[in-house]
Amino acid sequence: MTPPAPENPAHEAPAHEAPTDETPMLELRNVSRQFKVSRGLMKGSTNLKAVDDVSLQLRRGEVLGLVGESGCGKTTLSRILLGLMPPSSGEVLVGGEPMSAADRKARARRIQPVFQDPYSSLNPRKTVSQIVSAPLEVHDVGAPGDRARVVAETLDLVGLPRRVADSYPGQMSGGQRQRVAIARALVMRPEVMICDEPTSALDVSVQSQILNLLLDLQKELGLTYLLISHNLAVVEHLANRVAVMYLGRIVEVSETAKLFAGPRHPYAEALLASVLTPDPGMGVPDTQLGLAYPNPIDPPSGCAFHPRCKAATDLCKARRPETIRDAAGLVECHLATPAPLPA
Amino acid sequence: MSEIPILKVEDLRVSLPVDGGTLNAVRGVSFDVNRGETLCIVGESGCGKSLTSLAIMGLLPRRAKREAAALAFDGQSLQGMSPRGLRKLRGDRMAMIFQEPMTSLNPAYTVGDQLMEALLTHRKVSRSEARARAIALLEQVGITAAERRLAQYPHQLSGGLRQRVMIAMALMCGPELIIADEPTTALDVTIQAQILHLLLELKREMGLALVLITHDLGVVARIADRVAVMYAGEVVETGTAAEIFSDPQHPYTRGLLSCIPVPGRTRPGEHLGSVPGVVPSLIGSFTECGFRERCPLAREACARPIGLTPLGEGRAVRCVLAETEEAAA
Repeated sequence: MTPPAPENPAHEAPAHEAPTDETPMLELRNVSRQFKVSRGLMKGSTNLKAVDDVSLQLRRGEVLGLVGESGCGKTTLSRILLGLMPPSSGEVLVGGEPMSAADRKARARRIQPVFQDPYSSLNPRKTVSQIVSAPLEVHDVGAPGDRARVVAETLDLVGLPRRVADSYPGQMSGGQRQRVAIARALVMRPEVMICDEPTSALDVSVQSQILNLLLDLQKELGLTYLLISHNLAVVEHLANRVAVMYLGRIVEVSETAKLFAGPRHPYAEALLASVLTPDPGMGVPDTQLGLAYPNPIDPPSGCAFHPRCKAATDLCKARRPETIRDAAGLVECHLATPAPLPA
Repeated sequence: MSEIPILKVEDLRVSLPVDGGTLNAVRGVSFDVNRGETLCIVGESGCGKSLTSLAIMGLLPRRAKREAAALAFDGQSLQGMSPRGLRKLRGDRMAMIFQEPMTSLNPAYTVGDQLMEALLTHRKVSRSEARARAIALLEQVGITAAERRLAQYPHQLSGGLRQRVMIAMALMCGPELIIADEPTTALDVTIQAQILHLLLELKREMGLALVLITHDLGVVARIADRVAVMYAGEVVETGTAAEIFSDPQHPYTRGLLSCIPVPGRTRPGEHLGSVPGVVPSLIGSFTECGFRERCPLAREACARPIGLTPLGEGRAVRCVLAETEEAAA
């Protein structure tokens, strides 16, 4: 019952091959991240595995969606990709080259974040032009005169009138602020943007404008996105592929259309079932997930999803499933079968 | 003729003094909610939906001014009711779930004390009975180790857990009416589905009436009996959920519906619809159609007060186009 040899056995690949179009923009190889957490007074501490042996590729020019419930490790994963947090073990490769903590600046030039809340992610005491040009100053890019020009061009790019350059975030609407946050990310002309819930804090009509902007920017600039969102409708609209995360592990990676047509992992199935499409009279679906998300300090045995899985067997309780990497993507479930190779 | 609605709101107006005049945030909102009915109020930031709910509960900030032709709970006027009378109602027969749990949980008391307080204040029950009810409700909103949670303080809980504690607190006395302001917006989709399930169950079994304020059109479609769309302090369209979603009449409602991606219906990667522009300032005497500046169909006639045009039982739209169509018919 061993799965077929993975297409890309992470640890065997030479680390310094010349980048080609096939070289992933970003790659995680067996990345784990643990936190020490207190178990309570006088009870000592224990390890919480926020990210557990994740291998994932972000291909050049794609939008990869990352979905999962709060506490599944999505944000830790994005912080590792941004270089804001070193992995406890494993490797992060940018354009095929390993990046260590010392290369934080180099990495920041190529990978930029867009955060959820444009109210808290912008400094209220700085003007828009100061906010957007800050990365240029930090990285010492261009002369001050050039910077003003680059800032103006970037404001054009995100659809903000140039006159807002001297405004403060407090004078702007939520949608405008998120455009400022996107401009700040774009000003370094990065290759990758890590968008963590980019529209969750926004009104519906503003959300669609920001999604349209993200789509346009991706096409125009050939950007690669990692899109973290709990809104699966948004993920379906933007992403080419989707990675589903549960308790620190990636349990399924599939092309978006295939995932929505037929998820392979029961957890992905339950997540999709809880999407509320605007269909009156359909009622609220029963996801059959049972009650709570497990405590990550004390993860269940075997397959971590088994206590909530309606198809769980004794095997699921006893043993963690192998990771199946096949033509369809990745799945980690005892009940899944490897997809046949395309003829 | 018909039963007394559990909540009656007629021509509700809320204004706030601000720099440079008066902000007319709620400009004549009317609706009824019957027992066992779910009314969803849909709208975006600044449309006045949250102030509407605070006005009903008598929880407006002190500087705000409330006026209404009628504001009644189960036939009993809430205007002019003594603070004591109001406190007796709130938390007992009518409860509110707020968007931001940290503002309504007291950081100095444990979750258990706060949950039990509602029941101990309003009912003759023992502490152990109150405690048992608190545990049962925490479990129903999907909180594990409920017993242990009772001893915890709000800051020890995650945002999602706090929100669920709030929901459990609102349910403690088995209220007849719950006003919930974005109760599930901050929660995971899986928990959201579970909590909406619970609310629908209470509605079916106990005849709970629900006023749900949200901008999530998926939630609205799935749980609303009736919908009121608000814009710029006014109700611009009302109808059943089926009517609003299959036959939206107001240009704003149509715009909103075009903005959301729907798996299987919107084409991935293509532009979504949008409602360009921003909400108008409601400071001073604002009388024209609030949506005029953003409306693709705006015309000169929109620059005056627009009334609600009835389109049928419980169905109405506030738009000059409906007025002229009605005149033509």
